[in-house]
Amino acid sequence: MTFKDLHIISMKDFSRDTIDHILNTAEKLEPVARGMEKSDLLDGKILSLLFFEPSTRTRMSFETAMIRLGGRVLNLGSVEASSIVKGETLADTIRVVEGYSDAIVLRHPKEGSARMASELASVPIINGGDGVGHHPTQTFLDLYTIRRESHLDGVKIALAGDLKYGRTVHSLCYALSLYNAEITLVSPKELRLPDEIIGDLKKRNIKVKQTDSIEEAISDVEVLYVTRIQKERFPDPAEYNKVASSLLITPALLENADPKLKIMHPLPRVNEIDPRVDETEHACYFNQSFYGVPVRMALLSLVMGAIE
Amino acid sequence: MTPNTTPKRELRVRPIKNGTVIDHITAGQSLNVLRILGIPDSSEDVVSVVINALGKHGKKDVVKIENRELNVREVDKISLIAPNAVINIIRNFDVFEKKQVVIPENAEGVVRCINPNCISNSSEPVTSKFNVTSAEGKILLRCKYCERVITENIAERLL
Repeated sequence: MTFKDLHIISMKDFSRDTIDHILNTAEKLEPVARGMEKSDLLDGKILSLLFFEPSTRTRMSFETAMIRLGGRVLNLGSVEASSIVKGETLADTIRVVEGYSDAIVLRHPKEGSARMASELASVPIINGGDGVGHHPTQTFLDLYTIRRESHLDGVKIALAGDLKYGRTVHSLCYALSLYNAEITLVSPKELRLPDEIIGDLKKRNIKVKQTDSIEEAISDVEVLYVTRIQKERFPDPAEYNKVASSLLITPALLENADPKLKIMHPLPRVNEIDPRVDETEHACYFNQSFYGVPVRMALLSLVMGAIE
Repeated sequence: MTPNTTPKRELRVRPIKNGTVIDHITAGQSLNVLRILGIPDSSEDVVSVVINALGKHGKKDVVKIENRELNVREVDKISLIAPNAVINIIRNFDVFEKKQVVIPENAEGVVRCINPNCISNSSEPVTSKFNVTSAEGKILLRCKYCERVITENIAERLL
């Protein structure tokens, strides 16, 4: 498979071999991401960042990735100061910006926006999140984190929190199924993983367990992936507090865990993880956030044809 | 022969000379088939509809349209709501051609996505696109943009 000019839209477009190649490339580029080695792999290349929604980690890590590889970044800036307020369509914006850049990262509130952009653009489109749809670069960095901090093939992983609406979890479940993971789903009834996704996992012979008890799940997993529970999903604040506290990760809870257990979180966290957990060997969410840099460096180098 | 001994089989709808007979329509879908064909606005000729007729495989609907043959787009749309339908083209009272509808692999610009936040439901210049699969006589449409799946009430979502 050639990566040059490939669009990165949805995890479902990728096979295990392709994902492995991306993760291997990220590993080679990690010293550059840490600033320990210099690189001019993307010297002369320009990346456009079109963010129609707020973002800290995704936008900044793409910028860092590009700068570390010697490339330059063009930013749309605020939507209010652009021609979008004059009523320009996304389709036109894409056709204009592709003329200025070698690749485009798009975050847009409408689901399927990145797929549409990829049909129009002659430069690669990287989906930086489309509504509640996909966020593939997050999934790549999650997989990279699991591989670096634990192991990916056959990993025993618990996914906890909002499994119904969390877009990162849906893409991650699909990707984990390519690696024969054993998945434990921890969530209150209201926020369970949609049945169709559980059905898909079972069709792929993936072992899936469901529970609402984090205590029960934690004793038997190697990775715990925690997601944010959004307050607005609950009409009753008391119900939210009950659910949020039942899934809270505390040092006391971790006493029963495997000493090698790694805890991940896509961030931002609100109060899902007690800050005292940060000091333990289990915490790897800040590493996870850093791994976004080598993973995005790998994707940019591959789609711009700097690495095969 | 007395009137009481006339044969029990009787024609509910008379044969047509020229036009199209759409047979084996999923029971209850004939009015949606008419909607796809834009009837009555698009046709001044006679159109007959049979609802819940007994066929070999249970109930079915039948639509007969005089002096009209269907185009590919119309047949594609019909296949999504009546995957077992058979289209008979009638010329001079004979069946000139008989074809079961073929479910297309892709449906472009025929169905509106169920997801209000899908880019294909926005003001962007984009045509809705679905990947079509069928299992056990049920049609499953997956939006190529937002990947949302439609299995129910497809007729209501036809463009």
